[in-house]
Amino acid sequence: MKLIIAIIQPHKLDSVKAALEDVDVNLMTVTNVLGQGRQKGLTEIYRGAKEAGGLLNKIRLDIAVNDDFVEPTIAAITKGAHTGDVGDGKIFVVDLAECVRISSAERGCAAIGG
Amino acid sequence: MNSGDTAWVLMSTASVLLMTIPGLAFFYGGLVRRKNVLSILMQCFIILCVISIQWVLFGYSLAFGPDFHGIIGNLNWAGLRGVGPLPNPDYAATIPHSVFMVFQMMFAVITPALIIGAYAERVKFPAFLLFTILWATFVYDPLAHWVWGTGGWMKNLGALDFAGGIVVHVSSGVSALVLAIMLGRRIGYNHKPIRPHNLPFTVLGGALLWFGWFGFNAGSALAADGIAANAFIATNTATAAAGLTWAAIEWWQNGVPTILGTVTGAVAGLVAITPACGFVNPMNAMLIGLMAAVICYLAVAVIKAKLGYDDALDAFGVHGVGGTVGTIATGIFAQKAINAAGNDGLLFGNVHQFLVQGFLVIVTVAFAAFMTFVIFKIVDAVIGMRVEEKNEIVGLDLTQQSEAAYTVIE
Repeated sequence: MKLIIAIIQPHKLDSVKAALEDVDVNLMTVTNVLGQGRQKGLTEIYRGAKEAGGLLNKIRLDIAVNDDFVEPTIAAITKGAHTGDVGDGKIFVVDLAECVRISSAERGCAAIGG
Repeated sequence: MNSGDTAWVLMSTASVLLMTIPGLAFFYGGLVRRKNVLSILMQCFIILCVISIQWVLFGYSLAFGPDFHGIIGNLNWAGLRGVGPLPNPDYAATIPHSVFMVFQMMFAVITPALIIGAYAERVKFPAFLLFTILWATFVYDPLAHWVWGTGGWMKNLGALDFAGGIVVHVSSGVSALVLAIMLGRRIGYNHKPIRPHNLPFTVLGGALLWFGWFGFNAGSALAADGIAANAFIATNTATAAAGLTWAAIEWWQNGVPTILGTVTGAVAGLVAITPACGFVNPMNAMLIGLMAAVICYLAVAVIKAKLGYDDALDAFGVHGVGGTVGTIATGIFAQKAINAAGNDGLLFGNVHQFLVQGFLVIVTVAFAAFMTFVIFKIVDAVIGMRVEEKNEIVGLDLTQQSEAAYTVIE
């Protein structure tokens, strides 16, 4: 079991979701986050006071998958979020020690999927 | 001079200001994505600043000044020369000329602001400013002269437009459609509405529009009299009927009525009753509201999706279509029994008025569409109308104004 964490451009959420559904990955958690990478933030000005390099809005996806879904999931996110410019985001994959489905108390691989 | 009339028109002027900010600003602001809400508020706010100045400098004189061949006013009243406390009996015999001028100023302000709905979320700020000034000067001011100015050719033809169906709504709505098509779709727009970021804002704005519209319509009587009362009641009745009808259509089509639909229907009703309110009785006002909701619903929910143009906030679907419905309906339901200064419509045996109203809509559509096309081409060549793709993606608030509406973290 792996936890896939992806940081993507907000306007790419729809195409990433569609690409994930194509490979049968339907369960995910989505949050609004701020971040900065190689794509620098923009200057903001409030009553003449400048704040350089503010953080940019991004979307974070948290997706728990069984091992044979890891590569399809990575491929789908990459396909849906790619523009080729800086700011497209990153995908992190970490080992997942346990997963429990609260409604049924199922554990492990059985608890992850839809 | 009549102090009651003067007080009413001054209050109505303030009501119409309320329609642009915060009314329209929040109505539109709630409908866009969170990254663009400040751009809408800024556009509405700065239009009030810019057109107020334009109107004092030369706009009022072009629209209402001494007539030049029925097409435009001359510049004799530029800088409000001679526009003072004495009434101008051609326009309003019982209130100061300056009060008539400032009441009309608020109409000149809100009309270009309505167009914002078409180019929302993708226009460059300097281009928007230049477009607005050119449009106000070369589209609004002549049209206001044609319909309302002494000597204006549409007025002489017998146009009935009580509070601005042609001048305000058909003109801005058609221009909005032309702009939406020329500017192209927003990135990510795919024949269905992009989800509004704050519907309570939209409801708040819509409610303030309804409130302010009493000044817009009943104030257009330019007196605190029975015609103003008729306009007030016709306005409320048509708006209620339109809001209810839109909700009912949604209930029937989708199984549930929505607040966005109800507010949109109400605004369509307000638009459609605008040219008619001083000439029709309450029962016919109800019918006009009903017709406006049905036809605007078709325009917004069915035709727009089929044709695929991105009139982002339905400036054409509500104002262009609603204004046309109202202008034609005025030619059907107007009656001299309500307003002796008006005329009878089709329903009361006067086919001529119906034909005049239809003809005026066609001329206005052609004029506004052609002028908007030309002004777009000029502004696009000088500045460029549309923001760069990466700026559109990040949003207009950060890229055009360097500020953000909401914080994600403190």
